[in-house]
Amino acid sequence: MSTLGKALAITRKDILSEARSKEIVFSALIFAILVIIIFNFAFGADQTSMTLVAPGILWVTFTFAGVLSLNRSFVAEKEENCLEGLMIAPMPREVIYIGKGLGSLLFMVVIEIIALPIFTVLFNVSALSLPVIVITLLATIGFAAVGTLFSALAVNTKARDMVLPILFLPVVVPVIISAVKATSLALTGSGWSDLGSWLAILGAFDVIFMVVSFWVFPFIVEE
Amino acid sequence: MGETASPVPVIQVEDIRKTYGHHAALKKVTFRAEAGESIVIFGPNGAGKTTLIKIIATIIRPTAGKVLVNGLDPETDAEAIRRRIGVITHQTFLYGNLTAYENLVFYARLYDVADAETRIREMAEVVGLSTRLEDRVATFSRGMQQRLSIARALLHRPTILLLDEPETGLDQQAITILREAMKLEAGVRRTILMTTHNMERGLEMSDRLLILTRGTICHDCSTAELDVPALREIYETHTGVSA
Repeated sequence: MSTLGKALAITRKDILSEARSKEIVFSALIFAILVIIIFNFAFGADQTSMTLVAPGILWVTFTFAGVLSLNRSFVAEKEENCLEGLMIAPMPREVIYIGKGLGSLLFMVVIEIIALPIFTVLFNVSALSLPVIVITLLATIGFAAVGTLFSALAVNTKARDMVLPILFLPVVVPVIISAVKATSLALTGSGWSDLGSWLAILGAFDVIFMVVSFWVFPFIVEE
Repeated sequence: MGETASPVPVIQVEDIRKTYGHHAALKKVTFRAEAGESIVIFGPNGAGKTTLIKIIATIIRPTAGKVLVNGLDPETDAEAIRRRIGVITHQTFLYGNLTAYENLVFYARLYDVADAETRIREMAEVVGLSTRLEDRVATFSRGMQQRLSIARALLHRPTILLLDEPETGLDQQAITILREAMKLEAGVRRTILMTTHNMERGLEMSDRLLILTRGTICHDCSTAELDVPALREIYETHTGVSA
């Protein structure tokens, strides 16, 4: 089986496991919906302020739901002592990173697919548009790329629930800022030309995060 | 010694050192295992047995020294080494949410097992779990999980078995299966490196023993004509710990 085939086998295993336990997607989704509802109540019925704060609220929601989801990424491997089982398999350590990263990306995308329409209805903004979907996908790739790395790092610490956000959030700040700015433009009807620079920044961070994480991951899981 | 000793030892460990911060888990460990040899490593808790197994299994790297498996260097040929090795520990490396079959299919994919379906059925038969393949591993008893773990470790027909306290949680049936599995497959005698605290079982399953204490091998001898009381005496002399 090819390297990609083995990575997909890991992703498939995670999907199968999640489909039965519903631990990651269910809890993160409930959290995301609650945050959207709470902010909706907090800003009342003033549509002007709702439109103004909507991009920030959307990315606060996705970021923290992402942290919850990423936190569980390596916990199952750790709790069932399976990480070493993956490490003794005849494949480069990077394959584990790709497999787990794809799984995390998929779980976050599922959460976003459900949360985005709810956000659109409650905030009365046009978030179900192609630009917002592209921004969301690019930012989520960045989250998954760096989050998978930090999840592997945090899982070996006692306070892993705290360690992941402490490591993850400062690093993804550029992605969050770019996503908020781009979403703000997209929600006010700006065209692709206005979004271009922000999308380029998101894409650049995705590439940087993927390359660096791919390179660092083997050292993190070994020690 | 194995019957088919080759010029290249199956496992060659030279001056291995492993430190965690200021703590030295292994200090200059050297030994070699020939083809078909069964070696048991005894030692008190914290002696470095698991660290040594992890280094040979390519899970962790030594701080200094060299390990060769079939003449292959883990730094450049880790994947080729892993194909030759089966690892059984007290941890099963199995996913509770998946069925026994799904677990074996998963590992068969990672190890590129040819004709995986037939091999999975064959191994399930060997470990006596043919009728439970479609059940989730979480519903298995500890003994059944360990038996499935044996099937997982042997799925890719490894020529080297690394066993780290494998008897923990094993029921009598699993011990018998493990003993059979250790012997040979397709006429080839496996090379075995095992750690255990159980002296009786260790002696019974091996033809050479090493005693590891405080990160160094302090005794290396054949188990032929050695009984448990004699071993206990040697062990206490070298480790200062009563067995």
